[in-house]
Amino acid sequence: MLRPEELGLNPGDPLPILPGHFSHGRFERVLRAGHFAITTEIAPPDSADPDEVFRRAHLFNGHVDAINATDGSGAHCHMSSLAVCAILTRVGYSPIIQISCRDRNRIAIQGDVLGAAALGVCNVLALSGDDVSVGDHPEAKPVFDFDSVSLLQTMRTLRDESRFLSGRKLDLPPQLFMGASINPFAPLHSARVDQFAKKVAAGAQFVQSQYCFDIDMAREFMARSRDRGLTESCFVLMGVGVLASAKTAKWLRSAIPGVHIPDAIIRRLEQAEKPRAEGRRIAIELMQQLAEIDGISGVHLMAFKQEEFVGEIVHASGVLGGRKPWLPASPLVPAASNPQS
Amino acid sequence: MYKVRLWAVKHSRGMERLYNATNPLVLGLLKGVDKLFGRKLDRPITAIEAGLKGLLFDCKMCGDCALSKTGMSCPMNCPKTIRNGPCGGVRENGMCEVKPEMRCVWVAAWDGASRMKHGDAIKQVNFALDHRRRGTSSWLKLVREDSDAAA
Repeated sequence: MLRPEELGLNPGDPLPILPGHFSHGRFERVLRAGHFAITTEIAPPDSADPDEVFRRAHLFNGHVDAINATDGSGAHCHMSSLAVCAILTRVGYSPIIQISCRDRNRIAIQGDVLGAAALGVCNVLALSGDDVSVGDHPEAKPVFDFDSVSLLQTMRTLRDESRFLSGRKLDLPPQLFMGASINPFAPLHSARVDQFAKKVAAGAQFVQSQYCFDIDMAREFMARSRDRGLTESCFVLMGVGVLASAKTAKWLRSAIPGVHIPDAIIRRLEQAEKPRAEGRRIAIELMQQLAEIDGISGVHLMAFKQEEFVGEIVHASGVLGGRKPWLPASPLVPAASNPQS
Repeated sequence: MYKVRLWAVKHSRGMERLYNATNPLVLGLLKGVDKLFGRKLDRPITAIEAGLKGLLFDCKMCGDCALSKTGMSCPMNCPKTIRNGPCGGVRENGMCEVKPEMRCVWVAAWDGASRMKHGDAIKQVNFALDHRRRGTSSWLKLVREDSDAAA
């Protein structure tokens, strides 16, 4: 068990980098200490109000080890991931900045990575990103100067070689814990482990997956990943979704390409008296089953519009085994109510 | 053309053989042309490459041809121009998330690579494009890189 002093006393301060670690962050410490980790997603507000970010993060206090701030997810416009993360680091949260290749070229991205590190953000998730055509600004110009693999390689160059891609030297490199996404549940299944291996080769130290609703598929993917030795150099956090109803599940399955939900899950929701509670039970069971699979280091809980249940789900699953993740003690954190209202 | 492109991926092993058989000849010829004419014939050579590879692979003339490393499926036909795919959005039927009527370029690529003798090249990281090369000839790039290396 990590002692409080190992997690940093003043929550806003960067932690000293431990031997064999790459970042100042708590998230990397939890994983490298061998704990089963929980991450979740914060939906960035459609607002310029920083307190709204704190209000949304407040729901996760003491339940998760890191919070992903999405970067224009579904190609919809929201507060930027960089800003959400920077606000969260003020009081000591451990955010994961998501960087999508859709909206920025290599000049902007390298600048943002340095800026994020300077603001205390040390976990990054490299994503190719959804196409602009699925978002609320389909007329926008898609950038895609990089894909996620080139982005990982670029961040590793910044961190390990202390230089821009151009060769120009950095005075201080960003100390990053680098992640990527995987989707073991989409075609081409035979290539998914190879794709994972490419991301590890490009520098991924942790991966978070798309929703896992098919435990057999997850087991098979992990067996092949273990055979390739991938889980020795990369932490795998499987994605777990909280479904509100059979209707939501069917919508997700048909409207979001790459989301695989077996019919058995949909039947369970259809037959349940209280579908929302059943959706949470499914998430809890999946978390327990995933925690049993060799090579899985944690889960990434995606509870869009059900964020208030994250704590309940995490603790009912028992996957933390009594460990309590960090929560802010600073008076800077506003109460859940809006002082202006 | 979409159908020809699919055919080329289906016959990736044959295309690889054809490429290996003709590549030294084409490069040798172009090396001679380069020596004799310098850059004077770059435009017609580029046009021939664009026409031929456009017909077979829907080539977009990115200027840094990856076909031999991508199962003969041109990655520039991916709507996100991903050079290390597939992305996580492939549909259950293997079609593209952005263009549901098109087979995912990267599903095709891994499929094509599985039939090729040197298909494992797809497993190597392919770094982002140099956008200055767009519209230029990959053949001439190979010829001039060779002569630069020899010089």
